[in-house]
Amino acid sequence: MQELEPVIGLEIHVELMTKTKLFCGCSVGFGAEPNSQTCPVCLGHPGSLPVLNKQAVEYAVKAGLALNCRIASTCKFDRKQYFYPDMSKNYQISQYDQPLCGEGYVDLEVDGKKKRIRIKRAHLEEDAGKLVHGSTAGGDVSLVDYNRSGVPLLEIVTEPDISSPAEARLFLTKLRNIIQYTGVSDCRMEEGSLRCDANISLRPRGTTELGTKTEIKNLNSFRAVERALAYEIERQTKVLAAGERVIQETRHWDEQAEVTRGMRSKEEAHDYRYFPDPNLLPLLVDQGWVERIRATLPELPDARKRRFMEELGLSDYDAEVLVAAKDVADYYEEVLKYYGDAKMAVNWVMVELMGLLRKEGLEITACPVSAENLGKLLVLQEKGTISGKMAKDIFAEMFSTGQDPETIVKEKGLSQISDAGVLAGLVDKVLAANPESVAAYRGGKDRALGYLVGQVMKETRGQANPQLVNQLLRERLDQPE
Amino acid sequence: MELWKLPAHSLHKLLVGGEVTAQEITSAFLQRLREVEPQLQAFITVTEELALEQAQEIDRRREKGEELPPLAGIPFALKDNISVRGIPTTCGSKMLENYIPVYDATIYKRLREAGSVLVGKTNMDEFAMGSSTEFSAFHVTRNPWNLERVPGGSSGGSAAAIAAGAANFALGTDTGGSIRQPAAFCGIVGIKPTYGRVSRYGVIPFASSLDQAGPMARTVTDAALVLNVISGHDQRDSTALKEPVPDYTSYLVPDVAGLKIGVPKEYFGEGIAPEVGAAIWEGIRLLEKLGARVEEFSLQTASHCLSAYYIIAPAEASSNLACYDGIRYGYRADVDDLLGMYTKSRRVLGSEVRRRIMLGTYALSAGYYDAYYHKAQQARTLIRQEFKEAFEKYDVLITPTTPNVAFALGAMVDDLLAMYLSDVCTLAANLAGLPAISLPCGFSQGMPIGMQILGKPFAEGKILQVAYTFEQETEYHKEFPPVSKGVM
Amino acid sequence: MILDRKQVEEIAFLARLELTEEEKEEYAAQLSAILSHVAKLQELDTTGVPPTVHILPVSNVLREDEPGESLPVELALANAPEKAEGCFVVPRILEE
Repeated sequence: MQELEPVIGLEIHVELMTKTKLFCGCSVGFGAEPNSQTCPVCLGHPGSLPVLNKQAVEYAVKAGLALNCRIASTCKFDRKQYFYPDMSKNYQISQYDQPLCGEGYVDLEVDGKKKRIRIKRAHLEEDAGKLVHGSTAGGDVSLVDYNRSGVPLLEIVTEPDISSPAEARLFLTKLRNIIQYTGVSDCRMEEGSLRCDANISLRPRGTTELGTKTEIKNLNSFRAVERALAYEIERQTKVLAAGERVIQETRHWDEQAEVTRGMRSKEEAHDYRYFPDPNLLPLLVDQGWVERIRATLPELPDARKRRFMEELGLSDYDAEVLVAAKDVADYYEEVLKYYGDAKMAVNWVMVELMGLLRKEGLEITACPVSAENLGKLLVLQEKGTISGKMAKDIFAEMFSTGQDPETIVKEKGLSQISDAGVLAGLVDKVLAANPESVAAYRGGKDRALGYLVGQVMKETRGQANPQLVNQLLRERLDQPE
Repeated sequence: MELWKLPAHSLHKLLVGGEVTAQEITSAFLQRLREVEPQLQAFITVTEELALEQAQEIDRRREKGEELPPLAGIPFALKDNISVRGIPTTCGSKMLENYIPVYDATIYKRLREAGSVLVGKTNMDEFAMGSSTEFSAFHVTRNPWNLERVPGGSSGGSAAAIAAGAANFALGTDTGGSIRQPAAFCGIVGIKPTYGRVSRYGVIPFASSLDQAGPMARTVTDAALVLNVISGHDQRDSTALKEPVPDYTSYLVPDVAGLKIGVPKEYFGEGIAPEVGAAIWEGIRLLEKLGARVEEFSLQTASHCLSAYYIIAPAEASSNLACYDGIRYGYRADVDDLLGMYTKSRRVLGSEVRRRIMLGTYALSAGYYDAYYHKAQQARTLIRQEFKEAFEKYDVLITPTTPNVAFALGAMVDDLLAMYLSDVCTLAANLAGLPAISLPCGFSQGMPIGMQILGKPFAEGKILQVAYTFEQETEYHKEFPPVSKGVM
Repeated sequence: MILDRKQVEEIAFLARLELTEEEKEEYAAQLSAILSHVAKLQELDTTGVPPTVHILPVSNVLREDEPGESLPVELALANAPEKAEGCFVVPRILEE
């Protein structure tokens, strides 16, 4: 049999981080008491009307620009109609034939080569409520919470340009990264602020015609996307090998069993009967508005990576790893405000810091060591105040206590020697051992003093108070012989 | 003195002059309401206690020396599709029999801010779908001019109540003629404002691109006073425009000299009762005598309005009424499967409502959208275009409001197309979003005839002026219905 | 007839309406009559005519992203025919 290749497209829903819902003033916080963030509009009470949230539009445009999308100068909102208890009006306000964001793309690096995944469109729509299972005196029931009803979503649809489950995961990682950079969504899959459905079909390698696809839903993690696609490739391959045909359907990923299952088809016979929502007027986004939004875009991952490599001299690998997690890259750049050696800093962030974070299962945003303190620690090390070995010990201490390095240096008895009596003896010893420097200093070369200070510090393994050493040295050197 | 017979501006004078109290005014209307309601059945809910409380509040304000706005202390009724927090709002449907809104419609809020006093919620065809109020799920409302005839619809309860003096004014809603047709049938004034003039927030929708609430009153002046209060932008309704609201009473000047009146021939042809056509022409001639210039012209798209309307309105309705599923509010059948919950709960919707949902669902469904919905919206573009051109030549257009006077109860319930045809003169204003007023201009078979005046968008002032001029020259509005069986 | 029984059933399902056998016949006839009347529209030449998406010459009606008031939970649920645990209750939906 001919070798088959998978053709994969993704539909990603990203929750936009507005303060309020897409069409009403209800708050959007996660985890509130059921139905406490609802009003006549998002409950679909008769006579209530939607009014579009400007911030949601701007966030959607911002994300669209970051994904290289063409922003439509004019678009509208349509009703997508189907009955389901989580839909408070039994239609969803979405965008059908005129999405806010048109064609765009995301570039990936696959096996060292650039691969472009085209974005077909990205549009604004409202989220539905949440259904949970419960029980009442009457037996098993489902309970509906409309807190999420009306939360703004950006639905991003790719072209079927993805060629493997691994590539799908790579794409999602990159997409999430880009969106997180824009700040319009936190893209947390576990909180539902990023959701993904996948379409997959198989075709003989080298051909262009698309095979019959299935749509996989209930993908709760990037890992699930990868696994489910792998499973579906295997399943479809078997179906085709047996001479049967793939049925176009929606399949559910069963996380426990690690299989996809077809869903009953009667409810599936959707006819969404889209038509323009008469309650919402057209949205025109002119060039001026687009440019004002573009101006708020931060540096995006690809550009940042380039800057890290070109301006800071980081390796491709280091730059890629840093940029791939915006928070880590932000932390790194914060460290650089206090400490100038970019390469030394990257090692510390990627090896020491990330190592400990991983070990403790912490996100960098919850890191007990502030970027400022890490910067200060590295300065101490650079100045020779502490040794590299000491720096690591102190860092571990900083991580577990959250203290700043100076405090730890003091408390751990690593504190500087500030007893003039103790230091005086050492100063004399150093002066005696370095007559050339003494002569040089006395001959007017101030620089020699620095060398002598360094020698005293060395004698004390970095623990001497440099100011005091300095003072003592001057006193001795400035005395007439 | 029969207070219930007085127009709002006269009541206002008596009130601020200290000759009567708001409570006396309200009591007079409530007493009249109790008198006529057994025959008319115009109301679904009477809010007597609330009305007296609200009237008392006005009296307190007056005693404190506050200056009262023109409609303060004036009793009014609301069609039962206009939400009032805490008061049942049924939309004439069993589906919403126990529904109590948790918020106020903007227009109700505005009337309350103006100090008006709510006496009750009026009967209507279920979800405003009908032209006779016979499709109310609760009871039939009768025409006060002849109790064996319909009051029109869907705002039939409001029209009957105002004609009989059970309230001074009412608000109705108009999707295809639902204010103007019952106003004509009951011999009162009804205005369908420009689409976007009046907030729809809290008005339970029938067809969102056509719906507009408006005043129903005994005189043009009272209607203008009400329009002053309810018009204007609402940040809760994207379609309630920021267009400035003039003082509509400033247009109440009897002057039509030089006014250009266009008379579309198609509105006087087949299907229009000769007495109705004659009464309208008589009215037009009167305006001509007063200095207006009259010209007949042709509206080519007129014959397509009904078709476009009966696609667009049901299509939007099918979507607007999907929310009635028995989950968040409304009737819920006791069934333990999801599909059954939907279908058994929605079974409570009346046959006409279900019929229109079916029609609209079909018009939007895959494979038929282009032939029906899309085509109708294209027709709508042509209809609007033709009106735009007409208003380049004429200041106002005048037509009959209805092809005939009020028909007998039961006459149309089995002949849907005939009933739909009774809206044939009024639909165009909704499709084109134009303001239109209906006012009494004669009688036939003892029943009132309505004249319709249409204006260009936001030209409410102009049509009010023409209507006012006509009203000042005629006596029809001074007649009160007998509230009895008429002589057929 | 423009609509047959089967189509009536399909439309009724989409709209979640339940019809008796007689109603199916009746609706098929009535809706067909209305549809054949509105079919008159096909006579109208609409070549190149854009559909009316909105009759108002206005766009970009937007609100600022400022929190407004939500309803107290008991009011949100006040009209619910069936409620429990601060939620609306519906028949058990089978695991998809």
